[in-house]
Amino acid sequence: MSHSDNSIPQLFEQTLSGERRSLGKLLSIIEKGGEPADDVAGLAHQKAGNTHVIGITGAPGSGKSTLTGRLIENISKIGKKPAVLAVDPSSPLTGGAILGDRIRMDDLAGEGSFIRSMATRGHSGGLALAVPAAIQLFDAAQYNPVIIETVGVGQVEVDVAGTADTTVVVVTPGMGDAVQANKAGLLEVADIFVVNKSDRPGANDTRRDLDLMLDLGHLSGLEEKTGYRPPIIMANSLEGEGAEEILTAIESHASHLAESGSFQIRQEQRTLMEIQNRLELLIGSVSKDALQSESGKLIISEVLDRSISPSEAAKSIASSIIKDFT
Amino acid sequence: MRLDPYKGVRVGAEENPSLEPRELWKLEYDKARLREVPFETMSGVPVDPVYGSEPYPGQYPFTRGLYPSMYRSRLWTMRMFAGFGTAEDTNLRFKELLRNGGTGLSTAFDMPTLMGRDSDSEWSLGEVGRAGVAIDTLSDMEDLFADIDLSTVSTSMTINGPAATILAMYIAVAEQNGVTPNQLAGTIQNDILKEYQAQKEYIYPPRPSMRIITDMVKYTTAEMPKWHPISISGYHIREAGSTAAQELAFTLANGFAYVEAAIAAGQNVDEFGRRLSFFFNSHSDFFEEIGKFRAARRIWARWMKDRYGATDERAMMCRFHTQTAGVSLTAQQPENNIARVGIQALAAALGGTQSLHTDSFDEALALPTEDAARIALRTQQIVAHETGVTNVADPLGGAPYVEWMTDEMERQAEEIFAHLDDLGSGSILEGTFAGIENGYFVGEIADAAYRFEREVNSGQRIIVGVNEFTEGDRPEDRNLLRIGAETEEYQLKRLQNVKTDRNNEQVDKALAAITETASDSTQNLMPVIIDAVKTYATEEEIANAMEKVFGTYVERAIV
Amino acid sequence: MSDQQYRVILAKLGLDGHDRGIKVVARILRDAGMEVIYLGLRQTTASIIAAAEEEDADAIGLSMHNAGHLTLGPKMMEAISDAGLKIPLIIGGIVPDEDIAELEKIGIAAILGPGASAEEVAATVRDAISARD
Repeated sequence: MSHSDNSIPQLFEQTLSGERRSLGKLLSIIEKGGEPADDVAGLAHQKAGNTHVIGITGAPGSGKSTLTGRLIENISKIGKKPAVLAVDPSSPLTGGAILGDRIRMDDLAGEGSFIRSMATRGHSGGLALAVPAAIQLFDAAQYNPVIIETVGVGQVEVDVAGTADTTVVVVTPGMGDAVQANKAGLLEVADIFVVNKSDRPGANDTRRDLDLMLDLGHLSGLEEKTGYRPPIIMANSLEGEGAEEILTAIESHASHLAESGSFQIRQEQRTLMEIQNRLELLIGSVSKDALQSESGKLIISEVLDRSISPSEAAKSIASSIIKDFT
Repeated sequence: MRLDPYKGVRVGAEENPSLEPRELWKLEYDKARLREVPFETMSGVPVDPVYGSEPYPGQYPFTRGLYPSMYRSRLWTMRMFAGFGTAEDTNLRFKELLRNGGTGLSTAFDMPTLMGRDSDSEWSLGEVGRAGVAIDTLSDMEDLFADIDLSTVSTSMTINGPAATILAMYIAVAEQNGVTPNQLAGTIQNDILKEYQAQKEYIYPPRPSMRIITDMVKYTTAEMPKWHPISISGYHIREAGSTAAQELAFTLANGFAYVEAAIAAGQNVDEFGRRLSFFFNSHSDFFEEIGKFRAARRIWARWMKDRYGATDERAMMCRFHTQTAGVSLTAQQPENNIARVGIQALAAALGGTQSLHTDSFDEALALPTEDAARIALRTQQIVAHETGVTNVADPLGGAPYVEWMTDEMERQAEEIFAHLDDLGSGSILEGTFAGIENGYFVGEIADAAYRFEREVNSGQRIIVGVNEFTEGDRPEDRNLLRIGAETEEYQLKRLQNVKTDRNNEQVDKALAAITETASDSTQNLMPVIIDAVKTYATEEEIANAMEKVFGTYVERAIV
Repeated sequence: MSDQQYRVILAKLGLDGHDRGIKVVARILRDAGMEVIYLGLRQTTASIIAAAEEEDADAIGLSMHNAGHLTLGPKMMEAISDAGLKIPLIIGGIVPDEDIAELEKIGIAAILGPGASAEEVAATVRDAISARD
C-alpha cells in the first residue's frame, strides 16, 4: 500500500483534520517501530501537551474494560472526546493475540471516541516506546482524555499505568485482589482505587484492606508531600454504578495535580522515562552493532587472547560509540 | 407438557416401614396403568419391568427413572419443535397437528421476537419469520391460536428475554375466548441464566431479568396452577461447546439459582419445585450421555431434599425434555446424520427422558425440509417401537461402566457446584451472577469448544465424513429449504396496520405504567404487561418501557 | 513471528447469537500468528466500520447463521465500499453452494463453510489479505 496520500506527513495532516482512518494507520506505523515510527512520534510531539492521561489497570476479569466503556460513555456525555489504548499481551509462542474487550456502548459507534487495541508483540521495549508515542498522537489529534488500559501484571504494565497523570487501579472483592495489587506494586502508583462488583460478598472487606494498606503508607509517594489520599470507589461496572463517581474522582485528582504542581512533575517523569527508554534501546542496539562489527570482533579476540580484560574491552567499545555519536 | 400419571398415589417408605424397596416399588408398579402391548422380546420371551437393585425406578433419588413403570405406562412424548413464517402459517400447522391427535403445541419464535425486537426494527432485517414465527403484537398471537381451544391444549413456548410479554399475550388471547388463566396448561422456557452463559438471547442485565422471572413465578403460582414457568435448559450450553459434565452442572446450578430466588421471594419450595422442568442435549458419546441423564436426576433430588428442604417427592423430580445434538450434525455427507440422531435418541431413551425432539439430517445445511423432519420423527418411533428398550425401566442400571459414568458425572458436577458456591459465598444464585460477570461460564465453554476443534483438526478425534472417510459426498444432490422474502414484507404490512388502528394514547399510558412498575421492585410486572398487550403495544415497545429502568446487557467479548 | 503482522476484525453482525464458531476461528487465527480484534455480538455495520478504521484492520470476518448471508452479507459489503475501505470481507457459516457464486460476485473475498480445518481457515484469511495488497 504505497498510495501517495499515505505518506507520513500527509497521514498526519489528515489526522489533525479529524480523519480517523489516517489516525488508525499512523498508530500501526508506531506499533511497527523503527524510523517511520520515530518520524510519527516526532511530528506528534510538536502538537502534543494538552491531554490528560488516565491509566486504568486491573487483573483479567476485574471488569476494567466494562468500566472503561462506562467511563467513555460518561466522558462523551460531557462533550469531551476520549481515546482509549487497550494494551493486551501477545502469545509468546505464535506472536498472535486476541484483542477483545473493545467494549463500546451502542450509541457510541463511531462517534466522538476512538478505541485502539495494541498487542505487546513480545518485546516490552517496543511497547515502552509505542505507548508514549500513541498517547502523543492522540493528544495531537485533540483527544482528551487519553485512557491507557492495561492488564495489571508485569513490570511494563505497571510502568505504563504508573506514568499516567491519573492512575486508576481496579480490584474485585474476595479474590485477594488487594493483596495481589500490593505485590505487583500497583498500590504505590494508584491515584484512585475502584472496588468493582461491589455487590459481591467481601466487597467491604476489600475496601477495608485497601484503607488499611493506605494507612500503613503503602501508597503514592505524592501523598506525604501534597496530602492527597487516593479515594476508594465502590463500583458495579455491569450495572453502570460508580462510573460517575470515578469520573468525578479523576477530575478532582486532575485539579489536585494542577494546584499542587504535581502535574508538572508527572509530565517531567513521563518525559524522563520516555527519553530513558529510548536511550537504553538506542544504546543497546548500537552496542550490539558495535560488537558485531569488524573492530568489535577484533576486541573480542584480544579478550580471548587475554591481552585485555573484558572491562577494558567494554570501555574501549563505549568510547568508540560515543565518538560516533558526537 | 406431560401430565404426571402418578400424581398423588405415591406411597413413601414412611408409611410402610416394613416393606423392602423392591416390594415398595412393586406396590407402586401395580397401580400404574400399562400400555396394551406385550412386554416381551422380539422372539417372544417375556421380560420383567425392571432388573437389578435399589433404588428402583420411581424411588428417591430417582437415578433409575422418575416412575415405577417408565415407558411401559407411557412412551416419551415425541415433541417436534418446528415452525416459521407468519402466525397464520404456524396456526395452520398447529391445527393440522391437533387433527392428527396431538395435544401439545410447541412454538418456535423468530430471532427478532426472541430478542424483543419488532419486525420493523433495523435489527430484524432478513430474520423475520425465518427460524420461527414472528410475533409483534397481540394481533399476531390471536392469529397464531385462532380456532384452537386453549383450555384443552398444552402449549410450549421457547422464549426467554421477552417471555413475560409473550405469556401476557397468550393470557390475553385466552381471555378473548373466555378461557381463564387457571385453565391454561403449558410451559414457557424462561431460562434467562443460560442466555448469558450460552445462547446469548438476553435483553436486560442478569439481576433485573431475575426480577421479571420471579414476578412471573409469583403470578403463575397464584393464577395459573397448570403452567410451568421455567424450563431449565442445558441444551444450548452444550451446543455452545461445553462438555457433558459442564452441561449437567451449569444447568442444575441454574436450577438451584432459580430455586434460591423463588425461596427468597417467599415461594414454597414444594409448590414451586413441582413445576420446574429441564431440557438436555443428547450427544454422540453414548454412555457419557446416559450417565449424564441418570446423574441429573440423582443430583437434583438430593439437592432439593437436603439443601433446599423439599419434602414433596414431586419437587425433587428432575423431569426433562431432550433434543439430539444439532452441533453434531455434519454438512458433509449429511445422510450420515440420520445414524447419529438414531444413536443419540437411543441414549435419551435409555437415560429415561420424558420427551424427545430428534433433529433433521439436513439441519447443518439449512432449515429442515419436510421430508427430513419426517425421517427424524420416524427415527425416534423406531427406537420406541422396534428396539424393545421401552419394555424395561433403566435397562442399563447396575452395569459397572454405566454406574461408574453416572458417579463420574456427578463428581464433576459437584466440583463445579463447589466452585460456584464459593464464588457466591454460600449462594449458588450469587455464584452464578458472579460467574456470568467474570466470564467463567463463557470462558469454560469456549475452552471446551476449542479443545474439541483442535482434536478434530489434528485427526485425534475422527468425525466420519469430515476428517476421515470423506469419499462419497454429493453436494449437488442436496434439496434444501429456501425461504423467500415475502414473509418479511407481509409481516411488516401487518404490523403497520395494527399500529394505525390502535389507540396510541392508551398504548402510551400502558407503557408508562410498565416503566413505573419496573422501578418499584415490590410490584409485580405481569398485570401491567397484560394490560399493555391488550392495547396492542408491540413487543419491542414493552421491552423498551422496561429497558428505561433496567438498562441493557452488553456482553464482554470473551474468546 | 512474521514480518507482516496481520490484524483481523471478527464480529457477529445482527441479532444472531451463535458464537461458538467465531470464537474457535479467533483462536485459530491467533495461533496462526495474527492479531484478532473480536468485537463480539450484536454489531452493526457502522460499529464494524468504525472498528476497522480505528484498528487499521487488514480484513473483516463475519460469522452468520439463519441464512443471514443473503441480507447481511451485501449490507456489509455496501458499508465497506461506502466507507472507501479496501479490505477483504470473509464470511463464515452455512452458505449453500448456489449462493456462493452470488456472494463472490458482489465482492465477498471468501466463504468458510462448516468443517473447514484450522489450516484452511488461516490460509483463506491470509490469501484474502495478500490478494488485496
